[in-house]
Amino acid sequence: MTPSDREATGLLTRPGDLVQLLDQAGTRHANPDFDPWVADVDTDALAALHRDMVVVRRLDAEATALQRQGELGLWPPLAGQEAAQIGSARALDDEDFVFSSYREHAVAWLRGVQPVELLSVWRGTAASGWNPYEKRMAVPQIIIGAQSLHAVGWAMGAKVQGDEHVAISYFGDGATSEGDVNEAFVFAASFDAPVVFFCQNNGWAISEPVGLQSKQPLARRADGFGMPGIRVDGNDVLAVLAVTRWALDRARRGEGPAFIEAVTYRMGPHTTADDPKRYRTDDDLAAWRERDPISRLHALLAASGADMAAVDADAKAAADRAAADLRAAITNIPDPEPMSVFDHVYAEPNSHLERQKSRYARYLAMFDEEDDR
Amino acid sequence: MTTLTLGKALNEGLRRALADDDTVVLMGEDIGTLGGVFRITDGLKAEFGGDRVVDTPLSEAGILGTAVGLAYRGFRPVVEIQFDGFVYPGFDQIVAQVAKLHYRSRGTVKMPMVIRIPFGGGIGAAEHHSESPEAYFTHTAGLRVIACSNPADAYVMIRQAIASDDPVVFLEPKRRYHVKGEVDLDANLADARPMGVATVVASGRDVTLVTYGALVQTAKDAATAAAEEGVSVEVIDLRSLAPVDYSTIEASVRRTGRLVVAHEAGEQGGVGAEIAASITERCFEFLEAAPVRVTGHDIPYPPAKLEQHHLPDLDRILDGVDRAMGRPNSLSDVSEVDA
Repeated sequence: MTPSDREATGLLTRPGDLVQLLDQAGTRHANPDFDPWVADVDTDALAALHRDMVVVRRLDAEATALQRQGELGLWPPLAGQEAAQIGSARALDDEDFVFSSYREHAVAWLRGVQPVELLSVWRGTAASGWNPYEKRMAVPQIIIGAQSLHAVGWAMGAKVQGDEHVAISYFGDGATSEGDVNEAFVFAASFDAPVVFFCQNNGWAISEPVGLQSKQPLARRADGFGMPGIRVDGNDVLAVLAVTRWALDRARRGEGPAFIEAVTYRMGPHTTADDPKRYRTDDDLAAWRERDPISRLHALLAASGADMAAVDADAKAAADRAAADLRAAITNIPDPEPMSVFDHVYAEPNSHLERQKSRYARYLAMFDEEDDR
Repeated sequence: MTTLTLGKALNEGLRRALADDDTVVLMGEDIGTLGGVFRITDGLKAEFGGDRVVDTPLSEAGILGTAVGLAYRGFRPVVEIQFDGFVYPGFDQIVAQVAKLHYRSRGTVKMPMVIRIPFGGGIGAAEHHSESPEAYFTHTAGLRVIACSNPADAYVMIRQAIASDDPVVFLEPKRRYHVKGEVDLDANLADARPMGVATVVASGRDVTLVTYGALVQTAKDAATAAAEEGVSVEVIDLRSLAPVDYSTIEASVRRTGRLVVAHEAGEQGGVGAEIAASITERCFEFLEAAPVRVTGHDIPYPPAKLEQHHLPDLDRILDGVDRAMGRPNSLSDVSEVDA
């Protein structure tokens, strides 16, 4: 299957079954099912969503630049997926728990993760950047789909303990082919676990089009597992917010899991080590540029009479501040101490590792003695 | 003291752990209503309810992955893998998640999980029901690997494993489930021998014979037989495969000068290889002979009618003892090159 065939199968845009409140021109469309879920979103709230997306797009661009300058080893850009991530993460309560993959920088941003915490992993100075219990967000997962099971387990525990909070698992279209994700669906459905599966179908798993993962829209799979599946325009932040709120609410009320397929597009490479020109066309990209998540919200704000000079200035100031913090953070990340390589392998003393550690310390000390001579 | 089978001792240990700590939750296939295919969890669902003794869908990755999520929120999951050969679908969750999350999270997320695996052969079973996968796990940083061999240890060690803040792969010698022994049900964990410490189960002066799990009894029988021929064998029940209690082995080998390691798992890259290498490094000058391994062959586990030719038994262990002793043995006439 070639990339151009993908559109022909309707996997990315099948009219009629896609929840969309805001089309790509920025026109608001009424939706009796989901309008109530965003009835509280006034112009100020729209401006805040706009600002969030502008900020994370800027952070993402800065991080890519930092990688190009040699400050980061690798960076997986989120460009194009701002609405999917901001809309869904804004739907969460502070105590809900996020189990994400490695691309959910915007989600992390909204969970209060600081730039220095976000970048340390990609600079290679730490195995993870934040305390999951403080941010209510697990350390990001690189094994594709593995975190979906962790989210379900967390949710099973929440249900048993009478905790009203919900787990949300982020993963991509490629992950839907993984056993872990399908097993997560089975467990979640069997135990009515309060979990939301949030799939960002960005069209690509590195070079593989979503058509290779599925012959039909991903959301349809949910039905077979016994949970509702819903497709939403992932570049429509309002629709994503509405749909995620709906899914979280039903999970919170004990109605079990739901699957959301947010149809979006990865505008950049898989990571900074990837070259998407090898597998997709400029036309493809141009079509998706027309569906940009930020510009359509910008248009809606303008049409709704917002003070656009203030909206733009506010967003720019926030983005500038975040970007400056990010750059400053890079220089504030110290290189790790050599002996810290042994830290936290075990929670309890371990005789084998302690011996290895003490021997390596002696080896390193040999160089200190040489320096002393 | 109460006389219990090894299986019942595990059952009592699990019961005690469930009673002592509300965060302990058992998960696995058929462990609830049925009580497990070996009945190790018999009666526990009735006593503690389906939220604490959870019959899960048939998915090892699912069991282990959801156990990770439960551990994330403070539970101490005890996972039953029905048979040794069924653990591989859950392998990624064990080695890439369970083992690494404490490290990855820089010590903030603990994984106090126990992965119970009935292991080993000798029961005439079908394929995938008799394996010894321990070396996969001893090779994985972040895991502890424990093997019990008798009812008294089983009762204490399963509770110690559950109390550990590190993930433990807990290997149960399935062919010894029905072996009886004296168990102190009032045993206090604080007074018990730590599960990381090996036990000298038979004293001897000529050869140190190290093994674990089902072969501990075989090794003790071999020591008795060897004594009749005037060879004094010291048998060590390793108990902890990762980390290995080298101080106990080393102290013994310094006296005997000879080491034999026996296990059902294959030879290549096995626990015996690790112990032989480590003991050679640690007390080379005390060794009178090269360490000897007596192991299963490096083959897929064979059909039941052939397993007697795969598993080390009393005679093969004695042959290994003879090799270490320089007595006539199966390889006596074989040159080093061919051997």
